[in-house]
Amino acid sequence: MIALSDYLIFGAVLFMISMAGIFLNRKNVIVLLMAIELLLLAVNTNLVAFSHYLNDVTGQIFVFFIMTVAAAEAAIGLAIIVLVFRNRKSINVDDLGSLKG
Amino acid sequence: MTFEQFIFYLLAAIAAVSGLMMITVKNPVKAALWLVLAFISTAGVWITAQAEFLGLVLILVYVGAVMVLFLFVVMMLDINMAVLKEGFTKYLPLGAMAALAIFALMYMVLGPEHFGLDVTGTPDVKAADFSNTEAIAVPLYTVHVYAFVLAAVLLLVGIVAAIALTLRRRPTTEVLYQNIDKQVKTLAADRFRMVKMDAVKEQPIVEAGEEDKK
Repeated sequence: MIALSDYLIFGAVLFMISMAGIFLNRKNVIVLLMAIELLLLAVNTNLVAFSHYLNDVTGQIFVFFIMTVAAAEAAIGLAIIVLVFRNRKSINVDDLGSLKG
Repeated sequence: MTFEQFIFYLLAAIAAVSGLMMITVKNPVKAALWLVLAFISTAGVWITAQAEFLGLVLILVYVGAVMVLFLFVVMMLDINMAVLKEGFTKYLPLGAMAALAIFALMYMVLGPEHFGLDVTGTPDVKAADFSNTEAIAVPLYTVHVYAFVLAAVLLLVGIVAAIALTLRRRPTTEVLYQNIDKQVKTLAADRFRMVKMDAVKEQPIVEAGEEDKK
């Protein structure tokens, strides 16, 4: 039998990896988006595990909605990246500082 | 170690390693492919938690649609990879430390001490003919139907936004565009004109080959 803590630690490992990915790849917007997808996957794993252990399907329905939102987010994010690349010929985050924030 | 545990640890290890590869490889195309492997093995992990429907949806939606979209975009853009990897070693100590700190905190809260088998008890094992899809579908279409419709609207907004953002108007000398207003307003009289003219009688054509046969 797989313990609940195993699922949760697996989720924590994925979360840790994707967080490190956001730290390390801060120049590349595409890899940043991919790291966010992995982050959502880690959270979804936790929800699935709790849904299994509490014998309540609501957690899985929540995962379903998170996946919907993540798909829409990925589509719009990539559209924005295409737009930025078309205007700037680069997706380096350092080249996108025209708002001077 | 039971067979179930073996499968879980194998899939979890594959997912963790491919996640690590994703954040460290230079080429974004390879990063996307490693992420695909991470998704597939995580789908297997979900299936060990008896979430079969979500495991399959993860493969269909993420591997089949979202990651293909990522690959499209990555391959379409002409990316200078050397520039994008700058600062990797500079941020490595900070990133590794922050990640390990987060993991240590999470382990203290989520570890076997609080969520082990002896604390949570074993979950119910579903019968072989139990339908996970049905178990999700019934509450989805009854209790959560409002959220479901809202999710559909959200996807529509996503489609419209993605198309509206990337739509590009090129000068009409290069490309011809449809003008919907003009097309709808057009009447038959505007584009069809009757012309009076004399009938032309065509002469029967006698081919050279048929002459020879006679």
